[in-house]
Amino acid sequence: MRLLKLVPDTTNIPFLRVRHRAVGLSALLLLGSLLLVAVRGLNFGVDFAGGLMIEARFEGPAELERLRAAVNRLGVGQAALQSFGAPDTVLIRLPAPPGDAEAVDAAVKRVLGALRGLDPSVEIRRVETVSGKVSGELVRKGALAILFAMVGISLYIWLRFEWQFGVGALLALVHDVGLTLGFFALTRLEFNLSTVAAILTIVGYSLNDTIVIYDRIRENLRKYRRMDMVSLLDLSVNETLARTIVTSLTMILALGALVLFGGEVLFGFSVAMLIGIVIGTYSSIFIAAPLLVWMGVGPDSFVTKPAGPEGAERVPGRAPEPGKAPGRPRGSQP
Amino acid sequence: MLDIAPWKRRAIWIVCLLGLLFALPNFFPEEQVARWPAPLDRQLNLGLDLRGGSHILLEADIAELRRLKLESLEDQVRQELREAPGGPVSATDLGIRDGAVSFTLVNPADADRALEAMRRLARPVAGLGGPRDPEVSLLDGDRILLAPTEAGLAEAVESAMAQTVEVVRRRIDELGTREPTIVRQGRDRVLVQVPGLQDPEALKQLLGRTARLEFKLVDLEADPAMVAEGRAPPGSQVLPLAEGGQIAVRRRAIITGDQLVDAQPSFQDGQPVVSFRFDAQGGRRFARVTQENVGRPFAIILDGVVISAPRINEPILGGSGIISGQFTTESANELAILLRSGKLPVSLKVVEERTVGPDLGADSIRAGAIASIVAVALVALFMIATYGRFGVYSVVALVLNAVLLLGILTLIGATLTLPGIAGFVLTVGAAVDANVLINERIREELRRGRSVRQAIENGYSLAQGTIFDANITNVIASAIMFYFGSGPVKGFAVVLTIGIATSVFTAVTVTRVLVSGWYHRRRPAALAL
Repeated sequence: MRLLKLVPDTTNIPFLRVRHRAVGLSALLLLGSLLLVAVRGLNFGVDFAGGLMIEARFEGPAELERLRAAVNRLGVGQAALQSFGAPDTVLIRLPAPPGDAEAVDAAVKRVLGALRGLDPSVEIRRVETVSGKVSGELVRKGALAILFAMVGISLYIWLRFEWQFGVGALLALVHDVGLTLGFFALTRLEFNLSTVAAILTIVGYSLNDTIVIYDRIRENLRKYRRMDMVSLLDLSVNETLARTIVTSLTMILALGALVLFGGEVLFGFSVAMLIGIVIGTYSSIFIAAPLLVWMGVGPDSFVTKPAGPEGAERVPGRAPEPGKAPGRPRGSQP
Repeated sequence: MLDIAPWKRRAIWIVCLLGLLFALPNFFPEEQVARWPAPLDRQLNLGLDLRGGSHILLEADIAELRRLKLESLEDQVRQELREAPGGPVSATDLGIRDGAVSFTLVNPADADRALEAMRRLARPVAGLGGPRDPEVSLLDGDRILLAPTEAGLAEAVESAMAQTVEVVRRRIDELGTREPTIVRQGRDRVLVQVPGLQDPEALKQLLGRTARLEFKLVDLEADPAMVAEGRAPPGSQVLPLAEGGQIAVRRRAIITGDQLVDAQPSFQDGQPVVSFRFDAQGGRRFARVTQENVGRPFAIILDGVVISAPRINEPILGGSGIISGQFTTESANELAILLRSGKLPVSLKVVEERTVGPDLGADSIRAGAIASIVAVALVALFMIATYGRFGVYSVVALVLNAVLLLGILTLIGATLTLPGIAGFVLTVGAAVDANVLINERIREELRRGRSVRQAIENGYSLAQGTIFDANITNVIASAIMFYFGSGPVKGFAVVLTIGIATSVFTAVTVTRVLVSGWYHRRRPAALAL
């Protein structure tokens, strides 16, 4: 049996040659994404915007116009209606009415009443209400979670590698998260708690590739002390390319199955992860690796450093300090 | 690397078998599994989003609690002044201002006596010797101020919340629902999760009522014109009537619902009513006040609304009575439940609700199962096409990973949510990553002209550090998700974290056993990879 080889053994693509263009493009895309998020905003679901959401299924195809008119007549706000997955299923969303908790509750009651009035056999599949206060907390918690995850992972990489790798990973993460947010702002896909979970997952998995490449760079830095940095990075990326492609493909296959068959409720979540994985794969090759060149990673970055006292000796002036008598006044030294 | 001690090999298979054993109950009907011996009688918990049910987050009105506390302090101050040792202390201007109760002494010479009386109202908070609440102070020689402290309020909130959780539990139990979860969250919230509920609206209505029952005498001297404007004579208050209009009643309750021991819906003259019974002490008190007030009407007040105001025709001596009003059978039943379960010490508001119908839950499970199967099949095909024999080993590891993950989730009683299913599918895609890393390393080593044995040994050992680093980042992200996430997202984080652990085990350890078995059987001279 002949085995499938997506990346031939002799592959040697000079990825780093396009680094200026790639980083420039990414910077533009990132800027565009942030602008898009700032100007157009994200299509917050009830989790983050507050208000209510009702998923209802009717006997036959739902008449969106009639439903919209019926809900808007209630005077509980402008309803957004969309068919959800199937023509007989409708998602109704209303912004949080003024007056907070009780008002939201009253609005749900009235909308449910109106739906049952139109079609007594309507099936209420899902009701979600979130008051303004809780939605504010959820936004803050979600943002904090993403921030902490990014910083936490970068710190770990800094500890395991060198600071340049930590910064490289952090910038790659900012890029991945930024572009994913931009994608959500562009497509107006609903952005909710699951999306935040998806982004956190992306933060974890998009770094998978980055770490595998960084690991190889470290190995090669120790192995080929004389090689110039750009060739060494190219070599490392190429050596790990087969793995990058195969793993990304298995992830895309699994997430693709989820997007296609996972149902409407998971759709946004699955799409976010799929997009994030694609962006993450790109950024580990074209962003995370080149950043190391600019931050001056070289063959000396991983030379086994002399430990402890020897290290102190290399820095004159530092060495005597621990031996200093603690009580000696500083000012007495000329 | 390729030589694995027999005991290790056995241990690895035992772990896999145990996983299979614990995963097994999930493939049998629930009733059958319930009769199995522990710990095999468990199945995976399904989250509310999969089995259908309501998740309701309630928030207590702390401002109201603060106000109630001040009002009761005001009453106590009035009484203490009247009953001060050495004769009543006369004061003017007694009332609540700027979050404190204050009054002015008519005779400044009473200052010491008044202060002493007031200090009796202050009790230590946070244990003996702690600060006292409220803080009593004398201003300008004739003004006395009683200011509740933050510590006192915090203690009041604590006890009110503990009581609230109890009352909420009693009310939900009255509905006869299965396995409700009722937990306090943060300072002032209660989370209620009820699976498979037919009518969440009824539940919310039940939880949203304070059910504070009071009996007060109707103020017959009040001027009807004033009452219509909402003004009441001193010592009285104007309350709305359930059937419309307003009525003036005495402020002081002659008896409250705190002393009720039972309430049941029943019928009187064909009308739904609620019958109630006081405990012995409450019954005696009820008998006394009805005896003293024969011929006068009294108001039955629920949550500040007068349900009815019947005339006391004769003393009610048995300790039981009937509340009539414009009830339907349902509302009489609801009131009976509320009275039986007791009043909430503070009113609750629904700040978040997520209800999923049982059909949507079933659809989600079906969609999740299909997606999982398709994902496993696609990844398996791709892995076998890419790595041949070693691909088959990864697929065996992948399936074992799924079984182990399911077994562990079942064993620890984790809850599977819809995002959890997504986490599972994602794990399928990611679990093979370790195998990809190892296999690509082996390919590289083979290209460098190493022997089959050497290539496999190097492949496993070189990939290990990378696999570790790459998975730690996912654990960090999942841990943060678990900490910050709520409900379904937490379920996702749990699946992800356990999935990472099991996938590293199956992808590295299990495949090694398989590869080593194959190697020792065949002693291949060449390896097609």
